[in-house]
Amino acid sequence: MANWFSRIKQGITTKTKDKKETPEGLWYKCDSCHKIVPHEDHENNFFVCTDCGYHQRINSKTYLKILFDENKYKELNPELIAADPLNFVDTKKYKERLITSIQNTGLTDAITTAYGKIDGQKAVIGCMNFEFIGGSMGSVVGEKISRAIDLCLEKKVPLILISKSGGARMMEAAFSLMQMAKTSAKLTLLASAKLPYISILTDPTTGGVTASYAMLGDINMAEPGALIGFAGPRVVKETIGKALPKGFQTAEFVLEHGFLDLIVHRKELKTKVAQLIRLYSN
Amino acid sequence: MTHLDFEKPVIELCEQLEKAKQIAEKSNIDMSTSLTEIEKRIDITRKEIYKNLSPWQKVQISRHPERPYTLSYIQAITDNDFIELHGDRNVKDDKAIIGGIGSIDGESVMFIGHQKGNNTKMRQYRNFGMANPEGYRKALRLMKMAEKFNKPIITFIDTPGAFPGLEAEERGQGEAIARNLFEMFQLKVPVICVVIGEGASGGALGIGVGDKVFMLEYTWYSVISPESCSSILWRSWDYKEKAAEALKLTAKDMFSNKLIDGIIEEPIGGAHNNPDEMYKIVKRELKKYIAKLKLLSPEERIQKRIEKFCNMGVYDEIKN
Ligand SMILES: [Zn+2]
Repeated sequence: MANWFSRIKQGITTKTKDKKETPEGLWYKCDSCHKIVPHEDHENNFFVCTDCGYHQRINSKTYLKILFDENKYKELNPELIAADPLNFVDTKKYKERLITSIQNTGLTDAITTAYGKIDGQKAVIGCMNFEFIGGSMGSVVGEKISRAIDLCLEKKVPLILISKSGGARMMEAAFSLMQMAKTSAKLTLLASAKLPYISILTDPTTGGVTASYAMLGDINMAEPGALIGFAGPRVVKETIGKALPKGFQTAEFVLEHGFLDLIVHRKELKTKVAQLIRLYSN
Repeated sequence: MTHLDFEKPVIELCEQLEKAKQIAEKSNIDMSTSLTEIEKRIDITRKEIYKNLSPWQKVQISRHPERPYTLSYIQAITDNDFIELHGDRNVKDDKAIIGGIGSIDGESVMFIGHQKGNNTKMRQYRNFGMANPEGYRKALRLMKMAEKFNKPIITFIDTPGAFPGLEAEERGQGEAIARNLFEMFQLKVPVICVVIGEGASGGALGIGVGDKVFMLEYTWYSVISPESCSSILWRSWDYKEKAAEALKLTAKDMFSNKLIDGIIEEPIGGAHNNPDEMYKIVKRELKKYIAKLKLLSPEERIQKRIEKFCNMGVYDEIKN
């Protein structure tokens, strides 16, 4: 265990500074329409393609910067890291996967939780990191959300969770499955305290995350075009044995079927979240 | 009777026994001692095999086509008064999750469970125990009704997973499961869940939040089936045994990891070898725990239920 700690620590201290959101260089090429724009313009447009509106996947650091006033916030429980309770080995050891992920991303797990102000209103935000093992939900994600909700209860402030996840973390097997129950349990306490919970579903939100906290918001909102579903599109395609209809499992599709309140362009994200908090709190 | 490959030694002895019986009948010779001898050996061999099962073998038993399914348990443990209740009052009646009310020795209970079929036609009718959102919403409707009339809830879990179909996605499979998790935590009545076969992923957990969660001895419960785990992590279907091993999905592992509250022992040779005995054991355990849970107030039960699940998970803390 000591060895594990020291290697993890090493991983964090030797991380590749702050990883860039975009490929190296001054230009950004849109993943959807392939248009090339100056990186600065792209960043000023909240990493959304100025041409086709494609919302590039961004990480928690960028979301927190977008949402919190003056990019000021206190990160919660950065000390929590995965423990590999099952000593899981597939083609690779889970521990090795963790070390690689920590080193490559400079993050400690698939969610970052923080406390700050959104347009002057105090709030807790939990934001998932897709680049950390596919944003998969293991014990750390569950515990961080659980503690974030504890803080909401203590400070009587709203909760915002930004989901971006492939689902459960298989290497934690049933521990990972039970995080669905754990986070839902905590959300019932938040509901009893009548504190608003805004769930923001971003590309992609699937599996156990969809089947727990992502779908349990008082308000469920999503970014345009985000893939949202329980079963992944590949699995659904295998089940029905034919091509999927156009637009299947997009945010727009999910809204039309009644499971989202609204779809919000990233440049309006902060305004809408702040407005909702205000409307529900005053 | 369908037999699993590792049950072969028992099958051979059973065949020997049959032959010996035939000889005894034809020849009028008293063979009772050798017959008892073979019967004894069958017993010992079966015990031996079932004592040393690998995780994958347990997965195979959990799927044994002659294993009793939800409705069989309900018929056997109720006072012949079970009435099945249909529909989610919204879209349709799901056939992969059934529910209804019946009494156990005079006490009314709401039953909910995944239902598999025992022949090709029924397996299709039951969609192989893979529920659509309507199934979870029917389950929730019945649980809310149980709460209204202050009746305990018993759920039987036996599913290879929630159905990954097109309509299931359109009608919000994820939301349906999530809603059940959320609502089950605040149910004021006692809730007992028993994994009687397969407990795969969110599809199982969707009716699996209880004051007591038990697994029968030869069942499995995890985030994914060993086959799917093999195909995703090993990128091949050939590592299911290894995956079953790695996932720690057996009742024993789940109990030692504190992810379930207890293991209900099965008769020798598994539930399918002696269903009547299995029903008796399950009925006894359910009665015992309903009585225990009724001693607590609704608030105490809810608090304990929440605390139990909130304690699940293992992580480290980096100290500076
Ligand atoms: Zn574009």
